[in-house]
Amino acid sequence: MRKHLVGLFMAGGALALSACQKPEEAKPGAAATPAPAAAPADDKGPIKVGILHSLSGTMAISETSLKDVALMTIEEINEKGGLLGRKLEPVVVDPASDWPLFAQKARDLIQKDKVAVTFGCWTSVSRKSVLPVYEELNGLLFYPVQYEGEESSWNVFYTGAAPNQQAIPAVEYLMGKKGGSAKRWVLLGSDYVYPRTTNKILRYFLHEKGVADEDIMEKYTPFGHSDYQTIVADIKKFATGKRTAVVSTINGDSNVPFYKELANQGLKATDIPVVAFSVGEEELRGIDTKPLVGHLAAWNYFMSMDTPENKAFIDKWNAYVKKNNLPGGDKRVTNDPMEATYVGIHMWAQAVMQAKTTNVDAVRQAVGFQHVKSPSGFDMQMDAKNHHLWKPVVIGEVKGDGQFRVVWKTEGPIRAQAWSPFIPDSAKKVADWTYPWACGNCTAPKYGAAGVVAAAQ
Amino acid sequence: MVLSPAAHAGPLDDAVDGLAASSEDAIIVNVGRLAALDDPRAIPALSALCDDRLRAGTDGHAYIFDNKTRDVKHPITGAVIGSPPRPLKEVETSNDIRRVALPVLAQLQLASPNAAVRLAAAEELSKTGSAEAATLLHRALSREQNVGVRDVLSEAVARVDLASSSRDARLAALAIVEKTASDAFLSELQRMTAKGPNGTAVETDPQVYAAAMSALSAVKSRQRLIAFGGSLIHGLSLASVLLFVALGLAITFGLLGVINMAHGEMLMLGAYSTYTVQTLFHNYLPGAQQFYLLAAIPVAFLATGGVGVVMERSVIRHLYGRPLETLLATWGISLLLIQTIRLIFGAQNVSVANPDWLAGGTQIAQGLVLPWSRIAVVGFVILVAAGVWFILQRTRLGLQVRAVTQNRGMAATLGVPTRRVDALVFGLGSGIAGLGGVALSQLGNVGPEMGQSYIIDAFMVVVLGGVGRLAGAVAAALGLGVINKLIEPAAGAVLGKIVVLVFIILFIQRRPQGLFAQRGRVEA
Repeated sequence: MRKHLVGLFMAGGALALSACQKPEEAKPGAAATPAPAAAPADDKGPIKVGILHSLSGTMAISETSLKDVALMTIEEINEKGGLLGRKLEPVVVDPASDWPLFAQKARDLIQKDKVAVTFGCWTSVSRKSVLPVYEELNGLLFYPVQYEGEESSWNVFYTGAAPNQQAIPAVEYLMGKKGGSAKRWVLLGSDYVYPRTTNKILRYFLHEKGVADEDIMEKYTPFGHSDYQTIVADIKKFATGKRTAVVSTINGDSNVPFYKELANQGLKATDIPVVAFSVGEEELRGIDTKPLVGHLAAWNYFMSMDTPENKAFIDKWNAYVKKNNLPGGDKRVTNDPMEATYVGIHMWAQAVMQAKTTNVDAVRQAVGFQHVKSPSGFDMQMDAKNHHLWKPVVIGEVKGDGQFRVVWKTEGPIRAQAWSPFIPDSAKKVADWTYPWACGNCTAPKYGAAGVVAAAQ
Repeated sequence: MVLSPAAHAGPLDDAVDGLAASSEDAIIVNVGRLAALDDPRAIPALSALCDDRLRAGTDGHAYIFDNKTRDVKHPITGAVIGSPPRPLKEVETSNDIRRVALPVLAQLQLASPNAAVRLAAAEELSKTGSAEAATLLHRALSREQNVGVRDVLSEAVARVDLASSSRDARLAALAIVEKTASDAFLSELQRMTAKGPNGTAVETDPQVYAAAMSALSAVKSRQRLIAFGGSLIHGLSLASVLLFVALGLAITFGLLGVINMAHGEMLMLGAYSTYTVQTLFHNYLPGAQQFYLLAAIPVAFLATGGVGVVMERSVIRHLYGRPLETLLATWGISLLLIQTIRLIFGAQNVSVANPDWLAGGTQIAQGLVLPWSRIAVVGFVILVAAGVWFILQRTRLGLQVRAVTQNRGMAATLGVPTRRVDALVFGLGSGIAGLGGVALSQLGNVGPEMGQSYIIDAFMVVVLGGVGRLAGAVAAALGLGVINKLIEPAAGAVLGKIVVLVFIILFIQRRPQGLFAQRGRVEA
């Protein structure tokens, strides 16, 4: 009997402790219950804002900063008096890099916490997991991270880059003389929807540019993978002969051992440049970047951009880090998804002020016309038709101090193509939520004939 | 080479100052000017340009910034400048500039008195192989005395000569290519032997064509050999990690029959002990920062061993003979440990830096670089395995452990303190896992959940190798590591793991006791 009790006690104690979380996080939500449609947001009291980012697990390295900058922006808005005379109250949850848990937490945010909007997700698999929840419960999600496109939802506003605002310009740069005139391509990524879809788009694009399949090598590693010896050796072997470039869509903390392996095996950027789409200042923070000088990243913002708006943003961020004693102290950095979170929250705030309510349907109409001056110095506008942000493209090289040096950028923001024109199927699709198309992925407008209405793209 | 008189080195000064221009194109033009001037005094400036150490003063001149002494120096003479015209702007370089500057730097370094510098320069030039490099390389080769540098220079010359119009030069080059079989020649050989649209090869001379084909097959077979060798070595490195993870488990599973789901967390605790020691050294002993790893080894062993003994005494000993309850209890303990670490250190990864003597790698063959950290881990695991063997075979404790493993009842009647042996063995097994954590902290990420990704591998090795046998764990770890790495280039990381798992399942069907079975009568 005693033996049973000891075992049960240990198990029970362990389960109870695992439910404990750090004080600043919300209490864990109950299991998902079958739900009626969300009740209308009430008009008094604080406006609740959901923050849905992984604070533990393999994605914590990237997503924790987004939670921090979201809290900073909310505090900034509250200091100016809040919105509509009400303060904003952040509701932070930790889905722990567990994709089904993302959906559960999202449901709790909308139904139990009754948030007016959610800022969240990083990996596309987390976004795909929560998408049905937001569409079912008519919630509003702002998604701040670069992704593979092929999506445009009534309930989501995409403040991160679509492939034509990041991946395609980066590959074009590497093909050109300044980028090294690459002739062979290694497409290396984590094994989930974003790298697979992006590489599909890139393969079609490369075919169009005359690159043969034998000059393209595609490799995938699972989340959390840490042994890149063989892969880096294979890249070196593939690169003998023709100028080769590596396009990396590795996500999460696998980037740390990958870049360490590049450094250990002496893969120099002047020989085989590696351009990453999910690596920014934050992911490089824990790595010695001296052997990595010259490797590239493509984003829409870098911390090193020299504009007065960026200086103000970075000063605000440093002050926030200091005041709240965030881990990392003065080594904390800003990066593109943080800037996109900042821009997204301000856009939503402006829309709420314009619509004079937090009601999702009203705010959604208003978001589509907002302009925000981004820390990158550009005036960013939301596209009401496809729910994506107009963004400039910036390509940077890693410096010895972990910052990026801008080597190429567009003149100004460019429009996102939610559906890639390179994939035959999606080239025909249109994302246009305004009349008469009123759809995110159709080939003909809902109200009217396709021949009469010019294509929105 | 005659050096121009220092008093009026006009064009050199101008070109070096031009390296600090504000436009990339201007910098590249000035790099070209320095190449034409062929003056080795430009080496410090060019080297500083490639290293981000060149600065542009407000007076339009270039200056070199010394990172270590924080001095500003004259780009040609190297003299320290007391009051430079501040503010000094960093000269922005990019890959584009470096691609042009590095070969020019190499060209100038070909005349260096230092053989190692000449060697590196020759290697750099053999990579770029431009036509301008050809004359340079021929000239340098005719003057070179050092054997090692001569070899590299001949390779570089051969590479350029493959495109020469002289048939004899091409034949001579191909002879060198076939001898070294270096894969730097692959693209040139493929170009030469490629068939045009009408079926005739680019290389028209039949004798040269035959030599090129034979050289091509030599290069390809050497590439295959190196790839195979590389897989074996990478497999050995993976095997060392698996062995660390599984060794402790093999002992505790063998002796006590306890399925310890918290074993992965012992690894994690070892890694976090390393992180703590690193932080302590950083705060209190910054001078000895490079040696924190050596201090971390005993700390990790004792800490995790202690946790293991406590676990055994408090929980596991009450659950002997009840595998399901042990499974549940140890799984609960693993959650407890993960959460405790989260509360103390935070939920995110912590960064454990490689000490300087473990950074970088050594090139064993072309394209095959072995990182020092992995070599160190292999060496470390051999030491630990030898230590464990010694304890088990040559000490009193080991004798008692083996006795209790084979026949607990009989050992007890003979006066072996079985309960104490159990606790010590559990502590030993956990301590070994802690040492594994120290090794893993140098290779991968350190986070609260890191143990979870290794527990499956640990059980795979133990099941395949046979419980309780050191030799079994070693053989299984080696086998699994090598098989995984041999499959990976062809099938990818994910499929490789799947194949290994299927292989183990099939193996266990035929031989359930694993590779090395336990001898003697085992208690039911």
